[in-house]
Amino acid sequence: MEFGFTTAAYVVAAVLFILALGGLSGQESAKRAVWYGIVGMTLAVFATLIGPGAGLWLLSLVLIAAGGVIGYMVAMRVQMTEMPQLVAAMHSLVGLAAVFVGFNAHFEMKYVADLMASAPTSLNEVGMAAWVHEQELGTFAQLISHKTAVELNILKVELFLGIFIGAVTFTGSVIAYGKLAGKVTSAAQKLPGGHVLNATAAAISVIALIWYFNTAGFLPLIIMTAMALFIGYHLIMGIGGADMPVVVSMLNSYSGWAAAAIGFSLGNDLLIVTGALVGSSGAILSYIMCVAMNRSFISVILGGFGGPAGEQMEIEGEQKPIDAEGVANALKEADSVVIVPGYGMAVAQAQGAVSDLTSKLRAQGKNVRFAIHPVAGRLPGHMNVLLAEAKVPYDIVLEMEEINDDFPDTDVVIVIGSNDIVNPAAQEDPNSPIAGMPVLEVWKAKQVFVSKRGQGTGYSGIENPLFYKDNTLMFYGDAKDSVSSLLPLIG
Amino acid sequence: MKIGVPKEVLPGENRVAMTPESAGMLQKLGYDCMIEKGAGVAAGFSDKDYRDAGVEIAKTAASLWKDADIIAKVRIPTETELKRLTKDKTLITFFNPGGNEEGLELAKSKGATVIAMEMVPRISRAQKMDALSSMANIAGYRAVIEAGNNFGRFFTGQVTAAGKVPPAKVLVVGAGVAGLAAIGTSTSLGAITYAFDVRPEVAEQVESMGAEFVYLDFEEEQEDGASTGGYAAVSSPEFREAQLAKFRELAPEMDIVITTALIPNREAPKLWLEDMVKAMKPGSVIVDLAAEKGGNVEGTVMDEKIVTDNGVTIVGYTDFPSRMATQSSTLYANNIRHMMTDLTPEKDGKINVNMEDDVIRGSTVTHAGEITFPPPPPKVQAIAAQKKAEPPKELTPEEKKAQELAAFQKQTKNQVTLIAIGAVLLLGVGLVAPASFMQHFIVFVLAVFVGFQVIWNVSHSLHTPLMAITNAISSIIILGALMQIGSGSFLVVLLAALSIFMAGINIFGGFLVTRRMLAMFQKS
Repeated sequence: MEFGFTTAAYVVAAVLFILALGGLSGQESAKRAVWYGIVGMTLAVFATLIGPGAGLWLLSLVLIAAGGVIGYMVAMRVQMTEMPQLVAAMHSLVGLAAVFVGFNAHFEMKYVADLMASAPTSLNEVGMAAWVHEQELGTFAQLISHKTAVELNILKVELFLGIFIGAVTFTGSVIAYGKLAGKVTSAAQKLPGGHVLNATAAAISVIALIWYFNTAGFLPLIIMTAMALFIGYHLIMGIGGADMPVVVSMLNSYSGWAAAAIGFSLGNDLLIVTGALVGSSGAILSYIMCVAMNRSFISVILGGFGGPAGEQMEIEGEQKPIDAEGVANALKEADSVVIVPGYGMAVAQAQGAVSDLTSKLRAQGKNVRFAIHPVAGRLPGHMNVLLAEAKVPYDIVLEMEEINDDFPDTDVVIVIGSNDIVNPAAQEDPNSPIAGMPVLEVWKAKQVFVSKRGQGTGYSGIENPLFYKDNTLMFYGDAKDSVSSLLPLIG
Repeated sequence: MKIGVPKEVLPGENRVAMTPESAGMLQKLGYDCMIEKGAGVAAGFSDKDYRDAGVEIAKTAASLWKDADIIAKVRIPTETELKRLTKDKTLITFFNPGGNEEGLELAKSKGATVIAMEMVPRISRAQKMDALSSMANIAGYRAVIEAGNNFGRFFTGQVTAAGKVPPAKVLVVGAGVAGLAAIGTSTSLGAITYAFDVRPEVAEQVESMGAEFVYLDFEEEQEDGASTGGYAAVSSPEFREAQLAKFRELAPEMDIVITTALIPNREAPKLWLEDMVKAMKPGSVIVDLAAEKGGNVEGTVMDEKIVTDNGVTIVGYTDFPSRMATQSSTLYANNIRHMMTDLTPEKDGKINVNMEDDVIRGSTVTHAGEITFPPPPPKVQAIAAQKKAEPPKELTPEEKKAQELAAFQKQTKNQVTLIAIGAVLLLGVGLVAPASFMQHFIVFVLAVFVGFQVIWNVSHSLHTPLMAITNAISSIIILGALMQIGSGSFLVVLLAALSIFMAGINIFGGFLVTRRMLAMFQKS
């Protein structure tokens, strides 16, 4: 009876989770979708608490509440520019939890195995069941006690995988958090030995798996965990700042697969379903980000851009600077304006000033729109959230495919803190390292202003011919100060 | 050192090579400035304006030429002027070195440095001192204004209570700087504007200005403008015929024709022949900006406006920039000022004619007692050569069908292969794995499948909320911890408790932050 209720609740929760993710297809339906997710989660937790096998539910509730308070404070205080860090930090929690739950499963398995060994040998099957029942085992332990040898072996593999993925997710997310928060250098760094170290660690893990498979000892598990922690650390250290959208979505995916693997070992279908949903969601996001950078997933994970394929096109001309007054005058005369924000806008916290500029220009009847490249920023969709926070209406914030054809009819384009995503070399120079990457074709507009701190190259270290084009003028300075200085000049 | 600007001696020339504004900039470079009395009056700058800007006023031309080390002017210098040069003087002016041999010889014999403004190479770095372009821009604008002045109708089409007015049709031949300026002015006045150029690569620029590019139905490959420094080259006779045929076809429709076709160091090509002029409607206007080089139009009289027998006005003025002297002086003075900036790298008021510099080398025609014209070709090409774009092949319906079919078959093949591989793998797992595992496995595979289907529909802009909510949902791992906390040893309870705590943070944090983000998305 109780078990039936729990299962039913799980089914409802799984459906609600699917609806929650599906609802994110539109801004309005998304607001409803969050509630589906919340209700689904509440239902799942509630059903588990009253379901069979759960004990110490008071303690559990207190812990959830305590976690909830912290979660609430974090969620309410976090700046929208810090969203990538937050997401990474939360992934690390899921990863660590997966490791702990996996360890627990191991302990229980061990406990049950010892128990079964001590069971009186004289008992027949029915007697055995009764004896097991008398031992007052938890649900999970009971489940284990019924397993055959093959099932136990599979359980070991599942458990092992769950811990492995969880551990990689944990350290990977911690490093990603550090890089995004600026606490760890965002440059790609590798220990001497590079990927050989990762491969060695992975090989040791495989050996540990075989060892564990045969002995079910705790030591191989510990060795593997250490190796996985190292892989997570080293892999993400070797990936540079601008590849972070891929990394974060990849870790998102991993946290899902970890949950799914744990679900297998616990025999819990809801964990499996949810983990699979999250895992595939993260995988698709990674895929979208990779396509947007025209790079294979492998090359992103292995880190670093490949060397140029040959002689790169030489860039002719010079970067021509312009002052705020010049930009303001051009904006006053323009009918259509497109703003291309990038990570630089987030760093300078310029979204508020950009929003003010937008509303001023719109009040003058100009057509102002935003063009968002899929990998702008450090998180998929990062720019959209920043602009939304600054109260830029989402219907003027467009995707690359939606707006790329409109640039030739655009009077003024303002590029704020982005570089590689507007680099014409991707289309013009077949030898450029980013050749073939889809970019925003801003140079087709009549006039381009680039707000940039200095003359340096972007993350990929590639010269940007856009800055040298005849219709491009450089508006040097901190993005926030630059944009703010325009405001009084535009009547 | 001292920069002096004399009054232009050519009658009707209103421009001046220095404005009070540019004088201020020159002073920042460390130069003293000097101007002849009344030099700026025709361009709208009084002596008082100059004096206020700290410019010394020279009473006579003679004293100015004597005192100044650097002389900047507009028009080609006369013999009298050149004779006033000495060894240590520098002259910056339009010079026409190609057709001014005596001038070159005279300047050489005096030992002076002469920098010819029309010789500034056409590279991006030198654009700010490209006086030909800045003057051409004005000429193009003014050509439309002159045309409008002589044209009896509106440019823009109107429907008024008093009747309907058709829009004027304007053809601009030659889409260089002047041509583009003319196109821009004409479209903004509301005329329907057509433009033609022998360089097909400018079609995009023409269209970006709102005019329609007139394409010829002609097979031959046109030479790219990049190989000739961005200027047009002489075209083949066949091409010329095709071009003239097109013009003949257009002539009766056009109300205003503005010709700007020039080929460097050559007579202007005759493009608008007598029969085309005859074919035009009475009251039509032709402005020939190439009049100085003989004109593109048969019948153009240099410096004059004539009306043909069939009532077509042909304007052959050559002094368009001078007719807008304030504007053109400002731009020209800026060109000079930028040239001086390049000539004064140290900003110490000392001129430094660096013959290694492409721009300075190119524009210097005499230096240190030598004629340095013509210059060697610049080290860098002006414009990157255009890659020939492969025109997309027109497919016949059958080919298209075949292609679609092939694509469909390929897709089907891919899908079937994937499904087959997946099925084989599943069967393989099923053979060895026990039934209890398979139950969960099926759930897993279906969930992955559902996940892929659902996530593809998620809007791009909501990817960050998606990550936050999947984060919250992945805390479902709390279930595992909840089931474990009740049983087992102290260690198990501790680890489970920690997991519950962390998952709790995640659940609340994830959902709340998602809600916060989504609430921010607002429609305008």
